[in-house]
Amino acid sequence: MGSLPAYLNIIMTIKELKLKSNEYRKKILKYIVGANAGHTGGSLSCVDILNVLYNNVMNVGPDNFSSPDRDRYIQSKGHCVEALFVVLADQGFFPESDLETLCKYKSHYIGHPTRKIKGVEQNTGALGHGLPMAVGTALAAKMDKKDFRVFTLLGDGELPEGSNWEAALTASHYKLDNLVAILDKNELQITGPTASVCNTDPVDLKFEAFGWGVHHVDGNNVAELTEVLAKLPFLERKPSLVVAHTVKGKGISFMENNIKWHHGVPNKEQYETAIAELDLDFANIKTL
Amino acid sequence: MGAAIENTGTNGRPNQDVFAETLQQLAERDRDIIAVTSDSRGSGKLVKFGNDLPAQIVEVGIAEQNLVGVAAGLASAGKKVFAVSPACFLTARALEQIKNDVAYSDNPVRLVGISAGVSYGALGTTHHSLHDFAVLRAINNMTIVVPADNFETAQAVKLAVQSSKPVYLRFGKKPMPLLTEDTNVGFEFGKGRVIKRGADLTIIANGETVYPAVLAAKKLEADGIAATVVSMHTVKPLDVTLISELAAQTNAILTVEEHMVNGGLGEACASFLIQSGYHKPFKIMGIPDEYTVTGSQVEILNHYGISESGIAAEALKLIASANGHHNASKTANKITNANA
Repeated sequence: MGSLPAYLNIIMTIKELKLKSNEYRKKILKYIVGANAGHTGGSLSCVDILNVLYNNVMNVGPDNFSSPDRDRYIQSKGHCVEALFVVLADQGFFPESDLETLCKYKSHYIGHPTRKIKGVEQNTGALGHGLPMAVGTALAAKMDKKDFRVFTLLGDGELPEGSNWEAALTASHYKLDNLVAILDKNELQITGPTASVCNTDPVDLKFEAFGWGVHHVDGNNVAELTEVLAKLPFLERKPSLVVAHTVKGKGISFMENNIKWHHGVPNKEQYETAIAELDLDFANIKTL
Repeated sequence: MGAAIENTGTNGRPNQDVFAETLQQLAERDRDIIAVTSDSRGSGKLVKFGNDLPAQIVEVGIAEQNLVGVAAGLASAGKKVFAVSPACFLTARALEQIKNDVAYSDNPVRLVGISAGVSYGALGTTHHSLHDFAVLRAINNMTIVVPADNFETAQAVKLAVQSSKPVYLRFGKKPMPLLTEDTNVGFEFGKGRVIKRGADLTIIANGETVYPAVLAAKKLEADGIAATVVSMHTVKPLDVTLISELAAQTNAILTVEEHMVNGGLGEACASFLIQSGYHKPFKIMGIPDEYTVTGSQVEILNHYGISESGIAAEALKLIASANGHHNASKTANKITNANA
């Protein structure tokens, strides 16, 4: 192991991952409060996925970010940038103190990912863009016979964007088994329950019909995520979809499954209550 | 009938044929050059490319948003990507992908809008691209290049391969004669090509409208009017240095384009000129803000005066207002009446 790059040496135990998720949640809330803006609920639903990807799955870090062989992560649901920024800072892409400028005048740390920030692959924010770009990048890997993988995080609310389905066809057509889409299926979007806004279920059958290999997972369970993501690709010569069943606002009792927290910012009291809950959670993980 | 003949070049080839041929020549030597098509290899003249270089063409089917998104992904991994689709679909259906995945994310995709302007003629408004200059001008980090003839086309494709920035290339279907045999008139992005020099007025055109502008200038010569003709192939960044020089050296400026007058080449010139204190006569020729008359490309262009005689007539009117020249005015009226 000693000869491997640093980012490969850090394979975390499930307990370590749980502690990381707890730490990330605290930081997400801290910087959202600091910015007085952010997509709180979605960042909390997807952060366990980012945790497992960056700490246990992907071959990418600050040292190899300019390497053409690195794994790619493209966050299609760009609005949940706070989760991404907190994880990238923890990976050492930039000093965490940079996040004190989040959404401030002239800061590069804005409300959606931009390539001005080291670690960000594509400028996203408009929905339905991540998957087509991921398909193109995965296709380039195939052309160059490189073995890097491309991961993209989709929101369930953005699935009605037709470009997703166009790209799903292309991914299957070109047999992109190096492509992994992870659906953060938290079941809520700004208007209400995703199923009542525009029902996309059964999403697994739809993707399977498009030629993908599909697995379901509890997207807030780092052990399950680690196990499922170790099975990639799910089917030979097919792209993979992980349907990650998550809870919007996960980890903070009064935010969970409450649409108010789509982009709600906690006040001082709510913030303190949330941190107290996370402190309790931290103590519980420690005793595991 | 005369108008239709004057506007049809016969001793050249369609620019989009030259685009495909040049791209293939370059792609044979550079395996990173990739064409991405949306069931558009036929209209993009890339059937041979696809047959000869099957590993260098990506087909996404009729899905322009995906075309541009996939192209951006390929470009981000180091491929020299040409995303080829009819200009009407590419720059409308996939505009958000152009804005975000290509320009904002700074993925150097070469967007190739084929059968542009009113090339599709009687197929109608759905297939016309009279908005592409306007929408793309309003996107940062986008170079817009509209070659006029086969020479400019080949040069533009070569430069686009070398570019590390997003580029939009716009081609039509009509055979285009060479504008000049003078090999000293070079081609680079952002530098207008002066095809002909004359002190009375400047005609700034691009794409398939430069050739009729040259013909118009020759016609004007017979009337004793000396016109400068510029192929302003790059709409953005605009060659304001050249425009400044010609604004000072000539008495009027006429712009011509196969695009709606709103937001196109003419308005780009006007914006620069008025803000730099220009106060001589100025006129924009293009498609007005209406659904075009129906017909072939030539018929549509002729209808709106984008023809040898139409451009000459506008030039004379402009000269007349420039210097109140009695004879020029009379000549202008004579020609206008003859056209009516």
